[in-house]
Amino acid sequence: MPTRPRPRRYPARYSAFSLLRHGLAGDHLVPAWRDRELKNSYDVVIIGGGVHGLATAYYLAANHGITDVAVLDKGYVGSGGSGRNTAILRSNYLTPEGVRFYDRSVRLYERLAADLNYNVMFSQRGHLTLAHNDSSLRTMRWRAEVNKLEGVDSEVVGPAEIKKLVPYLDVSAAVRYPILGALYHPPGGIIRHDAVVWGYARGASGYGVHIHQNTEVTGIDVAGGPNGRRVRGVRTDRGDIAASTVINCTAGWSTLVAEMAGVRLPIQTFPLQAAVTEPVRPFLDAVVVSGSLHVYVSQTDRGELVFGASVDPFAGYSMRGSLEFVEGLAGHVLELMPSLAKVRLLRQWAGLCDMTPDFSPIMGRTPVDGFLVDVGWGTYGFKAGPVSGEAMADCVATGRTPDIIAPFGVERFAEGRLLGEKGAAAVGH
Amino acid sequence: MILLPCPWCGPRNVAEFGYVGEAGPRPDPASAGPEEWRGYLYGRANPCGWVAESWYHRMGCRRYISVERHTLSNEVRPLATEGAGR
Repeated sequence: MPTRPRPRRYPARYSAFSLLRHGLAGDHLVPAWRDRELKNSYDVVIIGGGVHGLATAYYLAANHGITDVAVLDKGYVGSGGSGRNTAILRSNYLTPEGVRFYDRSVRLYERLAADLNYNVMFSQRGHLTLAHNDSSLRTMRWRAEVNKLEGVDSEVVGPAEIKKLVPYLDVSAAVRYPILGALYHPPGGIIRHDAVVWGYARGASGYGVHIHQNTEVTGIDVAGGPNGRRVRGVRTDRGDIAASTVINCTAGWSTLVAEMAGVRLPIQTFPLQAAVTEPVRPFLDAVVVSGSLHVYVSQTDRGELVFGASVDPFAGYSMRGSLEFVEGLAGHVLELMPSLAKVRLLRQWAGLCDMTPDFSPIMGRTPVDGFLVDVGWGTYGFKAGPVSGEAMADCVATGRTPDIIAPFGVERFAEGRLLGEKGAAAVGH
Repeated sequence: MILLPCPWCGPRNVAEFGYVGEAGPRPDPASAGPEEWRGYLYGRANPCGWVAESWYHRMGCRRYISVERHTLSNEVRPLATEGAGR
């Protein structure tokens, strides 16, 4: 571990004592991070103010002392995928590469509140992936064994144990999709996704990183030479910025941003819809996922049930909800928990998922020198935020691709080394 | 509701169709090299705007149709489909 530079904390540390002091003094709340003037040059420009971009900025500053960094977002921080996901964290993937990667992420999430001095409300309540047929039960067994070899707590459990963990689940045999078993992953759970984004923004800002919201990148300057192309900076709707390193940390718009630098990515963008119900009394501890039924359910601390599904059946950038989604979702949820028939949905929304051919991300350097990507996160980007930020920061600071992201390079498509993580993505695609 | 113009069945709900994807010519097996096949297999334009697409009318006439769709607004315009009479 490199020695960490001391952050210039702004504002002062959060603590029970400071809460009491500010409460008694009747102070106004100070913003969690500073607004700064946009400079015309930075060492590193990060495009996208979501968990990936802000975590990269934070670890660049905290682990490597690189603080001349700007994070640009065309909206507000966390307005994209980071604020639209269903906030589920887990590491029970199928391939050893995937398991190692997400396990590191869960471990970083476990100590994130302490690291950032910000309550991210990580609740490790357990995660159940249901199997409704023999073939998915076989995949669960496979995943459990790979997980255990990699030191991740993961086990196949039967209907009796499932009923104990989630009493409201219908585990009877005479239903259309009987529950034969489940992959139980105790360290999995949910987190407050907004708090993760705000915590990283506050942490990065404390080290002097600039966070520029409502700043849209309109172009990327690339200089071509006999020894290859090299990035020079970015153009934004607020002025040009020179930078020797530019990192594309966007979701939904990743191919459009990469295209600005002349890099073509094998990605197609699909909307993914989610919905939330009115709050009800706490009855659901674990996160429940069914791949066959295309649904995942968790209950928030406020009592709302959060539902997610698989991506929409056709590609696009539209973030409008559809009636087909709600109809399908309701049918599938009631198949699992018939007692929810009278619960009403409060709202639905969509986020954009950048799907790659092998359901694995694209990370690291590109053919354009100085232009890096951390994209193609499909339906599983949020849970990978911290480890991606840490690895991308390593990649920038040392100039070498860290082992943990080496399998995810963009060159794998040309070399025919696809990763095949499809079996372990939460829901069918 | 999003309606797709099927040249055989008329405007029908998008839920009746299977999404095939961006339309484009298949490389010629006699002459295409690995680079070209790779582009055909993995390369996508993925534009935020109008794109030519193929759809399969699986709950209707079970034929393939061509349309142009705006990927942000989901507006659809018909394209000439091979073999369609009108």
